Amino acid sequence: MNIHLLLQMSSEAMGYREAIVCGETRMTFEELGEAAAQIAAKVDSGEKVAYLAEAHPSFPAALFGAALAGTPFVSLNYRLSKEQLDAQIARITPAKLITDSDVSAESLVTVSPNDVLGGSAYEGEAPDVEGAVAVELFTSGTTGEPKSALLRHSNLMAYVFGTIEFMSAEEDEAALLTVPPYHIAGIAAVLSSTYAGRRMVQLPSFTPEAWIKLAQKENVTNAFLVPTMLQRIVDVAGGSLNIPSMRNIAYGGGKMPRETIEAAMDLLPHVNFTNAYGLTETSATICMLGPDEHREAYNSDDPSIRRRLGSAGIPIPTIELQIRSEEGDVVDPETTGLVWVRGDQVSGEYKGHGSQLDAEGWFPTKDRGYVDADGFLFIDGRADDVIVRGGENISPGEIEDVLRTHKCIKDVAAVAVPDVEWGEAVGVALVCTGDVPDAEICDLVKANLRSSRVPSVIKRMDELPYNETGKLLRRVIRDSFAD
Amino acid sequence: MSQIYKPGTKLSSTVCKTQIMVLRAPAEELTITCGGAPMQVGDPEELGSLDSAQANGTLVGKRYTDEAESMEFLCTRGGEGSVSVAGYSIDIKAAKKLPSSD
Repeated sequence: MNIHLLLQMSSEAMGYREAIVCGETRMTFEELGEAAAQIAAKVDSGEKVAYLAEAHPSFPAALFGAALAGTPFVSLNYRLSKEQLDAQIARITPAKLITDSDVSAESLVTVSPNDVLGGSAYEGEAPDVEGAVAVELFTSGTTGEPKSALLRHSNLMAYVFGTIEFMSAEEDEAALLTVPPYHIAGIAAVLSSTYAGRRMVQLPSFTPEAWIKLAQKENVTNAFLVPTMLQRIVDVAGGSLNIPSMRNIAYGGGKMPRETIEAAMDLLPHVNFTNAYGLTETSATICMLGPDEHREAYNSDDPSIRRRLGSAGIPIPTIELQIRSEEGDVVDPETTGLVWVRGDQVSGEYKGHGSQLDAEGWFPTKDRGYVDADGFLFIDGRADDVIVRGGENISPGEIEDVLRTHKCIKDVAAVAVPDVEWGEAVGVALVCTGDVPDAEICDLVKANLRSSRVPSVIKRMDELPYNETGKLLRRVIRDSFAD
Repeated sequence: MSQIYKPGTKLSSTVCKTQIMVLRAPAEELTITCGGAPMQVGDPEELGSLDSAQANGTLVGKRYTDEAESMEFLCTRGGEGSVSVAGYSIDIKAAKKLPSSD
């Protein structure tokens, strides 16, 4: 298989439809097909196609162009430090790098996003090579050295075929793409929009004001947001938001605070909200909480239904999911354990580290969570973030959920801090809007959870550290306790 | 000509523009035809004549499956012929509706 087929089908069956809008540039699917062929023609044998820039029409063109040339597409994070970037570039050469940045390395040829479009087009067919890698993406590396996840054509195609029908978008549909090209959600959005025939409106640099303005101007119908983006839009809207064209907003990439999604549903009652849970290693979405489930949970008085607003939803039809104990046994509903998934879209493979799948094809996501009796998944956090106090596993999430109910606590993170007696103990970083004494914090935890969950250290911060795609940087908080 | 097909294999009609890709197939030998003539890997030099009894057409983007859904083909290019598999009844698979997630 080859992901270029998606673009080929779209440019043949609906080539006249608009594919890309970026600033003043507009491109149809037929033109996007031509642009991909122009990029493919510039790839020399053995070179990968790398991309280091904000969203630009050359991003989708390069994703498909690399596939047409039969080489992996590598998207790099333009927010990395020079040192980090140099280290990643050294791992991907020889490569043709599409960038405006001033970078150089051995066996690296750079070309600007504008210049890479144009010129002669590759005439050949996209190769079908069994097991070929379509995309290499560095994981965010919040816990250590970034790993390069390998996504094969077959993984990405399984995701597309499992979730989207060809040409299913109405002619007027437009998706507002705000997630950066180096994020799996940015890649997935290009693949699905292309196959569905949905216009992609690129917003290279997110601000809530720019997002609202562009959504109005382009009559956007679909959008994907990470939780912090949605929160910022809610903040800026100040109680009223006029985007009548908007129909569907999906979100993912981090834990969505209940307050944020409730506020967004109040603000945009006509919009369908979908929570999409997935990882880089699973080629994006593996579980969904759909619009009907959002409304049912929002309007329910039953606590077991109401809490589903914080659920990652149920596995998509092509994905199987299990919750296993540390020992590897499948556990009952409501019991927290490790989340394992299986399906054709799951790659679970890192360059140089091999496949992480077990003998039966199951992939350990390293997320902790549980399912309810109806199979709804609740994600608790990363397994690496668990606080081990005297042999007892403590989930940061349960402490955070309790503290978040305090009206003066705006944001909170619980992390492991070194403890002479227990090995680790609970440290809590708080962003408060008023004066909250330590004793009140401890009492709140004690009243709701076991005494082992009571924080031994509490610190107050102006804001918690997040990366640009909304992932809480727990390592930074842990380090700050050590200082 | 019957053979075992692997997922990802692309087959072209020899009597019309139809091209399909195997998404799923049972581990048994299948005889796949389009418009009454066997399908082949790669487009033919010249198109043969279409059997008018096998001319319901294929639609790009549609999936075709048997009753038990033991096999599934994606139409990657539409044409005039009908896709058939000897011993099976092949029809368009109903589209499933998932919420938009990206």
